[in-house]
Amino acid sequence: MTRTRGKTTATEEIWRLLQSVPDPEIPIISIVDLGIVRDVFDEGHPVVAITPTYSGCPATEMIEQSVREVLDEAGHPDAEIRTVISPAWTTDWISDDGRRKLREYGIAPPAASAARGRGLFGGVGLAIACPRCGSTATSRVSEFGSTPCKAHYQCGACAEPFDYFKCL
Amino acid sequence: MTGSIDVRAAEPRLEYVLRLADNALVLGQRLGEWCGKGPALEEEMALVNFALDLVGQARMLLSYAAELEGAGHSEDDLAFLRDGMDFRNLLLVELPNRDFAFTIVRQCLFDLYQCGLYEELQRSGDSRLAEIAAKASKESRYHLQHSAGWFVRLGDGTAESHQRVQAALDRIWRYTGELFETDDVETALVAEGIAADPAVLRSEWDNQLDRILREATITRPADDGMASGGRHGRHTEHLGYMLAEMQFLQRAYPGASW
Ligand SMILES: [Zn+2]
Repeated sequence: MTRTRGKTTATEEIWRLLQSVPDPEIPIISIVDLGIVRDVFDEGHPVVAITPTYSGCPATEMIEQSVREVLDEAGHPDAEIRTVISPAWTTDWISDDGRRKLREYGIAPPAASAARGRGLFGGVGLAIACPRCGSTATSRVSEFGSTPCKAHYQCGACAEPFDYFKCL
Repeated sequence: MTGSIDVRAAEPRLEYVLRLADNALVLGQRLGEWCGKGPALEEEMALVNFALDLVGQARMLLSYAAELEGAGHSEDDLAFLRDGMDFRNLLLVELPNRDFAFTIVRQCLFDLYQCGLYEELQRSGDSRLAEIAAKASKESRYHLQHSAGWFVRLGDGTAESHQRVQAALDRIWRYTGELFETDDVETALVAEGIAADPAVLRSEWDNQLDRILREATITRPADDGMASGGRHGRHTEHLGYMLAEMQFLQRAYPGASW
């Protein structure tokens, strides 16, 4: 059995299909841009490795289902979905394209690299730029916003209330 | 599947994984009780988010436990079909929420414990446990940031918030000895490099807690009359009521699914 890692012609199509699967909670961004798809293998049949963002993320099963549907419809009923938890997901895996899409959607992307150390969660002490006007004169309203991965902020310059995607 | 399942007299590794799983599951269920009742919307979100993380951790651990058991049970079977005496959780996590101060004090003590525990377990000789620990460790750290933040703010807050935090800590203190107890199961697993050494966890927990207490202007209670038994299935009456609610559906309608 050949196990081809990364992007070969066989796996390229799968990557392209997965690019169309939106994150259920932030549908503007795909599960590829969010870093949930860890890898695609060719083991005679396509294997998709996905990782949960948070242990308790209620969207994980929904994502699996959406991946299954997209691959089924594209003629890959034999595709296998494998959940991996190591290494643990980090916001560092959100792509540049993903960050741009978040900002356009009105969500401030993670401000710093989570790998740089502990205690960055929540972005305390970091300048979070308003996704609407770009001002960094923003303040945190609540450490927890509409989902576990977001904090709630308000812009002091344009008064826009917005979600901030926390570093993890 | 009908009736209860019995996982008593488990082999050490299964026993240990069930202890970790039950701590997460029981506290996750407790925190979930704040849903719809939080003192402020933001705090309710925080507590319920922590509950979700803990239930997620419990699921990973119970799935692993079910594999170790090898009896064809699922994570759900282990969560919903075991009786109270078959739960291995610490007494600390089954205590009712009481007020916000009590919930925060308990959370802070537990998060501090989990942070040290999962930090150690990332180096466990059991690779599956090490993977779960790496995931849970990140979550425990941000839980602690929140619970310790509130602990200090309430302790060093108004006369009433200070008094409530002190009263909560006084009440809960006798349930903290159990965190660092050791028995044959853990001693054997520590020697094998699989479990975390409770003695190591204790000194780090003590140091960090003292720092929080100083900042919160809260007094450390005396270590007397420590309660024990949770790990061995001897629980307070509170666990039974909680399981009656948590397990009701699967008990009343065995095998029911979405
Ligand atoms: Zn603005």
